[in-house]
Amino acid sequence: MTPFFALLKRDTSLAVRAGGGAALALAFFACVVTLVPLGVGPDLKLLARIAGGVLWVAAVLAALLSLDRLFQADYEDGSLDLLALAPMSLEASAFAKIAAHWLATGLPLTLLSALLAVLYNLPVAPTGALVLSLLVGTPAVSAIGAIGAALTLSIRRGGLILPLIVLPLLAPAVIFGSGAVLAVLDAMSNGAMLLLAAFSLLAVVLSPFAAAASVRLNLG
Amino acid sequence: MFAYANPKKFMELSGTILPWLSGATILALAAGLVLGFRTPPDYQQGDTVRIMFLHVPAAWTAMMAYGLMALASVIGLVNRHPLADAAAKAAAPLGAVFTALGLVTGSLWGKPMWGAWWVWDGRLTSFLLLLLIYLGYIALGSAIEDETRAARASAILAIVGAVNLPIIEFSVDWWRTLHQGESILRSGGPLIAPVFLWPLFLMAIAFTLLFFTLWIVRIRTEILRRRARSLMLSESP
Amino acid sequence: MTIALEVTDLTCIRGQRVLFRGLAFTLLGGRALALEGPNGSGKTSLLRLLAGFLKQASGTVRVLSDTVAADEPEERGRFIGWHAHQDAVKPQMTVREQLAFHARLYESPKDPQTMLAPFGLTAIADLPGQYLSAGQKRRLGLARLHLSMRPLWLLDEPLAALDTAGKALVAQAITAHCAAGGLVVAATHEPLGIDCDALRLGSEP
Repeated sequence: MTPFFALLKRDTSLAVRAGGGAALALAFFACVVTLVPLGVGPDLKLLARIAGGVLWVAAVLAALLSLDRLFQADYEDGSLDLLALAPMSLEASAFAKIAAHWLATGLPLTLLSALLAVLYNLPVAPTGALVLSLLVGTPAVSAIGAIGAALTLSIRRGGLILPLIVLPLLAPAVIFGSGAVLAVLDAMSNGAMLLLAAFSLLAVVLSPFAAAASVRLNLG
Repeated sequence: MFAYANPKKFMELSGTILPWLSGATILALAAGLVLGFRTPPDYQQGDTVRIMFLHVPAAWTAMMAYGLMALASVIGLVNRHPLADAAAKAAAPLGAVFTALGLVTGSLWGKPMWGAWWVWDGRLTSFLLLLLIYLGYIALGSAIEDETRAARASAILAIVGAVNLPIIEFSVDWWRTLHQGESILRSGGPLIAPVFLWPLFLMAIAFTLLFFTLWIVRIRTEILRRRARSLMLSESP
Repeated sequence: MTIALEVTDLTCIRGQRVLFRGLAFTLLGGRALALEGPNGSGKTSLLRLLAGFLKQASGTVRVLSDTVAADEPEERGRFIGWHAHQDAVKPQMTVREQLAFHARLYESPKDPQTMLAPFGLTAIADLPGQYLSAGQKRRLGLARLHLSMRPLWLLDEPLAALDTAGKALVAQAITAHCAAGGLVVAATHEPLGIDCDALRLGSEP
């Protein structure tokens, strides 16, 4: 397990250092969430209604922002070759990278969302649901995003193609995530949180295999 | 099955089949269209119902195209066969066009029925996402310079998409029930009166044949393009 | 541990171009092999093929040791120490951190601190990678190679960007590795300055 944790630690610390992108993703998240009310108007009722959806979409976009370098940086400087020869499978490496991305981006986004929900007049209980849904759902964003990052790692402008291939695949996360917030807001039960958890689990379990296969084909 | 997987054999075989397939496509299209225009208008939807004869077959073909593309991708990835790679690559733009056709006809049908060009109907929303997945697939394949790499990467994306598509479909349906305002007619729901069944059936066959005809033409083009490329490469020192 | 590298009938095709065909050699433990040849003759491709990154069009690559015969690329990878011309240096991490990370990644029993002095890295140990010169990055790569503790070294242009002392360091390292029974395959444009076998690629039309 030493190689796994070594990579997890290195990638997390690289992401949170200057130029790593984690802080930028957070700032981007705050910007988008601030701009939406400026576009739709300060109607607090409406804002509370759309809070879950807006925060979820903004979180997905912000997470994608730092995803394109997930494998590309290691590919460009040759670290990926050393990683491939390390005593750990590429699947495990991909999983470590997904976990690192989540720790550096998904988790801070989740925590920040509780603060930003105030701007949308979201009551306490739905805010709890929002935070929980992001906690449960952002691993899926990192995992499916990692597939896109691995597929585009050799493309010079891969960061532009990455959202196009990842965003449609993340539709279920946005639907179930914002649905879980609405459920609490409307005081009904719709099973969204469970569906989100199932989707996230599936994504986290399967994605490392697809990401590792994509890395492998790019090593040649 | 793999006896015809040799590109050379495929070129011979497809060359013989192609004229017949094209002829059958034209016949089926003509028959379907004539029958489609001769059916009486629907008592509820009027002449608008005829859009269904394009919409439903286009939607069906778009899904079939994705299925075939994913299948070709699996074969290409497992057996590392260039013909399967070419087949997957050739299917994507066709699938995208049929998806777009399904979306446009769905929207045209929706305007008189629902009073809006777009009402976030469950099926249309799924198809919009399918179109985006097709576009992402095409963009990825064309952005990677190396052909083998492009084929492998595209294949992985196609398979990931195939796993995810049923989940997307399910989540969109779930989302529709969550935000249900008024009940919306599902395309293909109440309209299947026997009079409409025949033209619909014929058009579905015609679109399927049309897809296969265009698919084979595109695979042949792809094979020829690769040959031309390798000829150019072997001539340059 | 005795180890050997056996290559038979190896053909490499890249983008429909045949780089080499029917390549065969056996390298026994304690020997170094210099890969020579003009640009584009397939030196790097051969190294990547030996490492298992690239798939060969035909032929076999095997690493034979006392305990196992590794045929599959994944098994083979566990024998390989890789030092390519891409330096794999992270601009934000200090030299010390990069060595510590590499030691943990490769589960090395060696203390990464002991690698600083032999490769002239002591003075720059706490400098982030972005301030290193090209030659210093190469030295860091050499230190990593030692930490990996792998019997089969695959080196791509190990002398590039190094000063005279650095080049001597490489020659010394290869000699010592061979003396300990290890194997070295190095793609190079200039003479390695040691006694070794040579394989010339790209000579056939």
